[in-house]
Amino acid sequence: MGTRRYIFGKVAQAFLTLAFVMVFNFFLFRVIPGDPGALLLRGTSAFNPENVAQIQAELGLDQPLPEQFVTYVESTLTLNFGQSFFLRGQEVKEVLAGRIWPTILLIGTSTIVSAAIGLIIGIYGGWKRGSKFDVGSQGFTLFVYAMPEFWFGILVLMAFAGGIGPFPALFPAGGYETPGADLSGFAHVADVLNHLALPWFVLTIAYLGQYALIMRNSLIDVMNDDFVTTARAKGVREKQVLWRHVVPNAMLPTFTLVLLSLGFIFGGAITIEYVFSYPGLGLLTVQAIDAKDFPLLQGLFLLFSAAVIIANLVADITYSYLDPRVRAG
Amino acid sequence: MRPPEALPTFEEGPPAGAELEPTPPPEVPESARAIAWTRRRLSAKRIWKTYRKNRLGMIGLIVLLIFAAVAVFAPLLAPKEGLEATCPCNGIPFSPPSAEFPLGTDNFGRSVLTLTIWGSRISLTVGLLATAISMLIGSLIGIVAGYRGGMTESALMRLTDWFLVIPFLPLAIVLASVLGRSQVVIIFVIGVTSWPGTARIVRAQVLSVKTRPYVERSRALGSGSWHLNTRHILPNVGPLIFANTILTVAIAILSESTLAFLGLGDPLSISWGTILDFAFSAGAASAGQWWWLVPPGLAIVFVVLAFTLCGFALDEILNPKLRAR
Repeated sequence: MGTRRYIFGKVAQAFLTLAFVMVFNFFLFRVIPGDPGALLLRGTSAFNPENVAQIQAELGLDQPLPEQFVTYVESTLTLNFGQSFFLRGQEVKEVLAGRIWPTILLIGTSTIVSAAIGLIIGIYGGWKRGSKFDVGSQGFTLFVYAMPEFWFGILVLMAFAGGIGPFPALFPAGGYETPGADLSGFAHVADVLNHLALPWFVLTIAYLGQYALIMRNSLIDVMNDDFVTTARAKGVREKQVLWRHVVPNAMLPTFTLVLLSLGFIFGGAITIEYVFSYPGLGLLTVQAIDAKDFPLLQGLFLLFSAAVIIANLVADITYSYLDPRVRAG
Repeated sequence: MRPPEALPTFEEGPPAGAELEPTPPPEVPESARAIAWTRRRLSAKRIWKTYRKNRLGMIGLIVLLIFAAVAVFAPLLAPKEGLEATCPCNGIPFSPPSAEFPLGTDNFGRSVLTLTIWGSRISLTVGLLATAISMLIGSLIGIVAGYRGGMTESALMRLTDWFLVIPFLPLAIVLASVLGRSQVVIIFVIGVTSWPGTARIVRAQVLSVKTRPYVERSRALGSGSWHLNTRHILPNVGPLIFANTILTVAIAILSESTLAFLGLGDPLSISWGTILDFAFSAGAASAGQWWWLVPPGLAIVFVVLAFTLCGFALDEILNPKLRAR
């Protein structure tokens, strides 16, 4: 008993949550005031009752609700979210697939670096609690927490991409690569990294604080445990106590947090991608809002939620391997 | 003559009766309610005494009072006409700070200082109202789940977990764009997406309060659910909800600014978020117009920081888990 049953339970729970999100999503997009057909055509020359009715039929909105629901579940399970409104004729699925990699590159690299630096700050802050370093890093963490990350992004953009005062513009103001440059090989990689630098920096700083805070609190909790006293009584050197005894145990909750935040940063990158016109899922979301592109928004929402749920599941399962007590309990 | 049971007794604090009103005339016996209120007043005084010693908490409180004063007295600080794009009082568009416009002007020549001052009204109101909704839902679900237990509890907690998992910003964006652009929608959206954390904390506290002897005693004396909840459980969970409320206001103000920045706010009412939205859309960043971007952002940082500091200080006093530290 134990492991297999635990994992099975967690997987079942994740599926239930996904199902909930799907049902929620269905009703969310049925409460739209005004009908989507009219919304889509408003302001175009094709705005007449027949065309509106035709679009309603295409979207299946003339069917009774239960039937709509069955169609919705079928199409969602086959990842068929319909066609995007504003990118005429493109499948939502394809639009999402085209935009997902820049986002993964951006949040993947920034999360790894920000978690690594955050953990180290948290470890030193917690170990020397109340020291100048600790107070300083706590103040920094609070300030970053209170700061809207998009505002920080705008200021960074202004300073390093617009150039301020005597300083020249150091980095490109946006995009994934230089359009039309048609670079290849190393030059292409360098170009992509050059565009990545600013949004990457902003995201790294913006999320650093929370990792530091969690690591610090978790470290302080563990520091008061009996086994640490035992280690000291045995004569283990302080450095060894910290890195061999305290840190590995304090890593457990932090590890989960990092995995969980991966799911959330998908959503958190929305404003940053918008500020730096970085063509990932976040910028796509803003474009979908502006265009009132509901099929696309629906697909994005499902994708973001699924990312969080999957990250949750992975965190739960990995945690159970790192800390066997979880499985037994 | 008063029956002896009506005499208030204090477990801690000043000696019994020291803080009481002068003894009422004998024909009006002191009610249980009066005793309860006296006790509450004393405990509030005790909390304030501890709070006053918390330096960061006091800084936060002072900053908050300043912002509240700015919001309330906005009409005295800057004329409202300054918000109109066509006001004759406006200066040259995009001009940097000067004696006449201490924080420069925006694309209509409006004073950024005036915008920031008036923005505090919307930002604070939205933050407070959204928090009120969030607290109402969170406390209700937390109390019902904790008190009823059983199936009700599992169902409500499952719901809470689901809402915890759905990423907040995408959900808020989808809701706001589905329901349309207005201040009411923003308040509603932030309110209905930010309650799960509160529900969990409240439930945990209710579970611990529920089993205390005085609740059992009251139940043994025949108290109904309503009486138990409103008279015994809620007053004990209340302080924790309060500390949580303060922290939630900070998050609500940040959320408002984010949603407004993404163009989901009411374009007609000026909040710090909408100022940043307009400034960014008008290309203030690439034009280097820092005076248009820095003030509203700093206002957000200071208010959120102040609420957070107050919330932490209160949490330290009121949260039983942190008290031991």
